[in-house]
Amino acid sequence: MTNSVVDAPPAQVPDELTPGRSRWHGLRPYLPLVALVVAAVLPYSTLNLPGIFEGPLNSPGTLQLLAICLVFGGLAAGYDLLFGRTGMLSFGHALYFAAGVYGTDVLVTKAGLPLWQAAVLTVLGGTTLAALLGAVALRTVGIAFAMVTLAFAQVGAILVARDFGGLTGGEEGLPLDVSGLPAALVGVTNTVNLYWLALAYLALVVLVVHRVSGSPTGRVLAGLRDDERRIGVLGLDPYRFKLVAFTLAGGLASAGGVVYVLIVGGASPHITSSELTLSLLVMVVLGGPGTRWGPVLGGILYMYLDHRLTAFGSSDAVNSLPAFLSHPLSQPLFVLGTVFILAVYFFPGGLASLRSRLTPLRRALTRRS
Amino acid sequence: MNTVVLLTLTGLGLAALYFLVASGLSLVFGLADVLNFAHGLFLGVGAYATWWAAGNLPGAGPDGLGFVVAVLFGVLAGSLVAVLVELVLIRPLYSRTIEQVLVTVGLSLAGVALLQATWGADPRTFPRPDWSRNVTSVLGAQVPNAGLLLIVAAVVVLGALLAFLRWTRYGLIIRAGVENREMVTALGIDVRKAFTLVFAIGGAAAALAGALGGVYFGTVSPGQGGSLLIFAFIVVVIGGMGSVVGSAYAAVAVGLLQQFVNYYGTSGLGDLCVVGLLAVVLLLRPQGLAGKVAHA
Repeated sequence: MTNSVVDAPPAQVPDELTPGRSRWHGLRPYLPLVALVVAAVLPYSTLNLPGIFEGPLNSPGTLQLLAICLVFGGLAAGYDLLFGRTGMLSFGHALYFAAGVYGTDVLVTKAGLPLWQAAVLTVLGGTTLAALLGAVALRTVGIAFAMVTLAFAQVGAILVARDFGGLTGGEEGLPLDVSGLPAALVGVTNTVNLYWLALAYLALVVLVVHRVSGSPTGRVLAGLRDDERRIGVLGLDPYRFKLVAFTLAGGLASAGGVVYVLIVGGASPHITSSELTLSLLVMVVLGGPGTRWGPVLGGILYMYLDHRLTAFGSSDAVNSLPAFLSHPLSQPLFVLGTVFILAVYFFPGGLASLRSRLTPLRRALTRRS
Repeated sequence: MNTVVLLTLTGLGLAALYFLVASGLSLVFGLADVLNFAHGLFLGVGAYATWWAAGNLPGAGPDGLGFVVAVLFGVLAGSLVAVLVELVLIRPLYSRTIEQVLVTVGLSLAGVALLQATWGADPRTFPRPDWSRNVTSVLGAQVPNAGLLLIVAAVVVLGALLAFLRWTRYGLIIRAGVENREMVTALGIDVRKAFTLVFAIGGAAAALAGALGGVYFGTVSPGQGGSLLIFAFIVVVIGGMGSVVGSAYAAVAVGLLQQFVNYYGTSGLGDLCVVGLLAVVLLLRPQGLAGKVAHA
């Protein structure tokens, strides 16, 4: 067996490996770092972008929206570890996110634990939950796996909605008790700290996903995506590798839940709904599954649109349209769902493929000039 | 005893609802390998079309023959939407299963939002025939007529589906396609026509579930289809993907379990038990009740 799995080329050659032509190429590996620094100093700017954000960049409202977008960017990147890199179509990823949100909230508000203990316990619990449920769900493959993960996630939604033991607050949700939290994370003036926390979470997820997919394990995962039987023939156990990916993604999602509950200041039942998992799928596909930055961009863009379209839908410009246009446009999910369908048809690679799609156009332009 | 009879019959009513949704899902999945997330939308379309027809369509109304006309209109609308979805959205992505599933996901988000945009998020009162509000005495138990109506409808649909699959030419193609689609295509038979047909049948059954579910619950709301859909998914997996008879067995098991546990335990516990049943079935028999082999 000369053609061992380690030698198998990744589905797409990373840009770093292709021979560079321009001066830019030496700088390219540092671009993520530059983006991180820019994102980190963003709250110091008082730039006003009318139409894009409601207030200046350093206003608490804008920072909170940005923080939510960053958390979902990380969440989508974690989900991509399952969908884009391993080829597992899980419809229950919202469960582990919700476990992070509700776990932290319940441990802080009801049990009165300090935040760091609650966070550690929650992430451990969420990871264990993912390992247990994954062990059962991975007995099935393909579409059946999707259905089973969906069913498990539905249990979480039922548990939260029925408010067993008065823990979750049912339909009303559970506001986070801020008295036990560190002072730096409480209050409108400290939104900037939450923003940095969200940025750190996003960076952590991207780093983990990047490291995993670059490791030998990541090559096995890519092999599972392309042809599961071949991995089995090579003597590797697909079940075990898939369980590792599933557990890791679940742990990352629950960590995202911990950050999210701090930003939003409480838990509400809608985050347990299957709609959230479907949204994650939409984010990843919009961004470009299996690419390094696609899912992150997809997640950020989706959450941004979801928030801004609500404002757009109730704006005067939309309200003055005839009813058959203004009613659907006032529903963010209608717009996002339609965009998603169009993206599946016309942009199979998502946002990440935009650059290579524009390359012929750019070449044509530069040749002419 | 009365309670047991009542719980059995209401449980079967719920099972009938699940079966109506799951049978279409199961057929579509068996033949086309598409997990149709938009199936709940067909249910919503059926429910809203029936609701609309009962108020606006001449000849239709909330009672008597008018109600039958309204339900027929709803079923027709549901199957029409299903056929359109298959022709416009599913067919261009032939044999690209994941993309097909993604498109139905997008459609389920956009479609429900569209229903909500048109008729509002709040539940609407459903026009119910007077007799469906009454109860019938069965073995001393007072059973709501709407539940009995659902059971009768589901049994009729099951019988019709089985007869169609067993004795018609298209039924033969569908049965063969569920077993091995490539072989049927290799024999020169156009499976795509069967796809459209299966979508139409599934859409009609789901729309019927929407119309009769409206009678059963008394209201209709945009999210109704989505919440039923998850239990229908569970029914499809437990029943063995692609098997109509398996779906019927699984629907009965799920409906009865849910009803009994919800009554004798805490409310909501039944829903959890259903997922527990799913886990047990998967651990003991990953291919489902009626499945022959575990599909890839």
